[in-house]
Amino acid sequence: MSLLAVQGIVAGYGQTEILHGVSIVVEPGEIVAIIGPNGSGKSTLMKSAVGLLRPTGGSVNFRGEDITGVAPENIVRKGLCYVPQSSNVFPSLSIHENLEMGAFVRTDDYRPRITEIYDLFPDLASRRKERASRLSGGQRQMVALARALMLNPVLLLLDEPSAGLAPMMVASVFEKIKGISSTGVAVLMVEQNAREALRLSARGYVLAAGHNRLEGPGRSLLSDPEVARLYLGG
Amino acid sequence: MTMPGCMGGWRWGVAHTLMAIFLVVMALSFLSVIRLELVVNGLLIGLIMAVGAIGLSLVYGILKFANIAQGDFMTLGAYMCLFLLGTLFPRMNIQGTGLGPFTFGYPMLLALPLVMVVLATLAIGLDIGVYRRLRGRGVSTVVLAMTSLGVAIALRGAVQVLWGGETEQYPRLSRQFYQAPMDVRIPPDGIFIGLVTVTLVVALYLFLSRTRMGKAMRATSDNEELARVSGINTERVIWWTWAIGAALAATAGILLAVFQAQLLPIMGWRVLIPLFAAVILGGIGNPFGALVGALIIGVTSEVSTEWLSPSYKPAVAFLLMIATLLVRPTGIFGVKS
Ligand SMILES: Nc1ncnc2c1ncn2[C@@H]1O[C@H](COP(=O)(O)OP(=O)(O)OP(=O)(O)O)[C@@H](O)[C@H]1O
Ligand SMILES: [Mg+2]
Repeated sequence: MSLLAVQGIVAGYGQTEILHGVSIVVEPGEIVAIIGPNGSGKSTLMKSAVGLLRPTGGSVNFRGEDITGVAPENIVRKGLCYVPQSSNVFPSLSIHENLEMGAFVRTDDYRPRITEIYDLFPDLASRRKERASRLSGGQRQMVALARALMLNPVLLLLDEPSAGLAPMMVASVFEKIKGISSTGVAVLMVEQNAREALRLSARGYVLAAGHNRLEGPGRSLLSDPEVARLYLGG
Repeated sequence: MTMPGCMGGWRWGVAHTLMAIFLVVMALSFLSVIRLELVVNGLLIGLIMAVGAIGLSLVYGILKFANIAQGDFMTLGAYMCLFLLGTLFPRMNIQGTGLGPFTFGYPMLLALPLVMVVLATLAIGLDIGVYRRLRGRGVSTVVLAMTSLGVAIALRGAVQVLWGGETEQYPRLSRQFYQAPMDVRIPPDGIFIGLVTVTLVVALYLFLSRTRMGKAMRATSDNEELARVSGINTERVIWWTWAIGAALAATAGILLAVFQAQLLPIMGWRVLIPLFAAVILGGIGNPFGALVGALIIGVTSEVSTEWLSPSYKPAVAFLLMIATLLVRPTGIFGVKS
């Protein structure tokens, strides 16, 4: 049974339909990349999966449970955590408070988890009292990742985790993702950095204009001439 | 104290600003430029307005619309207190005036928290009955603000129907003003006003900075979608916001009635404009900015009566607001968006 199975999802904003029946699956523990041109509906797909958008058709199944149309605050409890493309930290909250918000639904003692997270992101530990708005783009991305990890998710959805970062930071974000995945967490990520993302991923999907365009193992997509021409810069 | 949340890009803390203003005012009064008594009065009015303005600011921060009914919530709170002190409590043989140095009696200590709870409940009911339905239909914040104007007018109408348009008073005992140094006369109830408002502000600060729900409120104010995907039930946060906003309005209304020694159906509506000025002056969506804004407006408009007719007080408040915005378009503690 797949961990996440999105089937024929139809969704959009108001009258505008953006996704016209998109399907993807994520198996336990694997890294899956979604690539596609700007405006093809990658973020819309993620928002539909986490409940921020109510799909008008199709279904979302997580760990064997139908979660189509379930409210986002209830979906996170099931172990599906999400980092949005932009505005993915609480700017006026301190780093520490951002992590606490990540643990919001936990009723047990989450302090050990915070310690683990600080071990994973040592840069954040030394600035825990600092407001997130003061951080650099890379540090903010780390806070966003760290917040989403507070619940020990089974599946992590990352919408363009490396967008707008300096090359050094891009590398370290991918390094973190690899590390997270090595602990058994499945990762579904949207990436503009298609080459890096596909190299890291077991499988990849190419989305175009709200439809599935291509799919396959990361390596074979990398060597696909059409993918190369469109997304890997020749 | 450093402020929690809802505020960015400021070099000065609220505490520093208050201290600086305090020093300037003290210096001016020592130089006999202004009368300290006016300053004290202005501070008391400022504190009362601050309580109402903080509620306005919280609701704005979470729901993103200007709650025009805040002033009339104050009025309703003041009148509910009148009903308790003047009608219900005496029937239950709970009565008395002249508690300690104050004009009112111990029943006020029961009435104040009771009215806070009733008004908080009413605000949540109003959200379920009206605002939540509108949110569910995705209406714009302008529509929500206009709806709150409707609520404001309805509340004022209800007050007028139930209590009439005449001036009313809480049961009270006339008391001598305190004679403080430098020719300052302090109304005895001023101490109560100061105690209650400072306690509430400190309690709210602790709530927002230390508690789970308080932090969730700040998080929701920052980014509602991110709050939801973090597992925060934002509808619950909205209820808390309404409840706190209404409880603060109740307090402000009752204290205003105590301070002015009278109640009028128009009393809350009249302070709505300075309330907004305070919120904007302090920086929209920053509750502790609203505190500073209200104190500045309270003191300045009171001190201006030395040279100007009291009827110019709102004009002074607004000139001050406009002057500040020209220098700092986001208000004193506002965030650049
Ligand atoms: N909140 C919204 N309201 C209305 N339309 C939207 C909204 N968000 C996105 N859209 C539109 O939906 C389409 C798909 O957007 P989406 O963000 O899913 O694309 P994307 O593949 O993530 O693109 P990018 O690579 O730029 O992030 C775009 O045409 C966009 O203009
Ligand atoms: Mg996107």
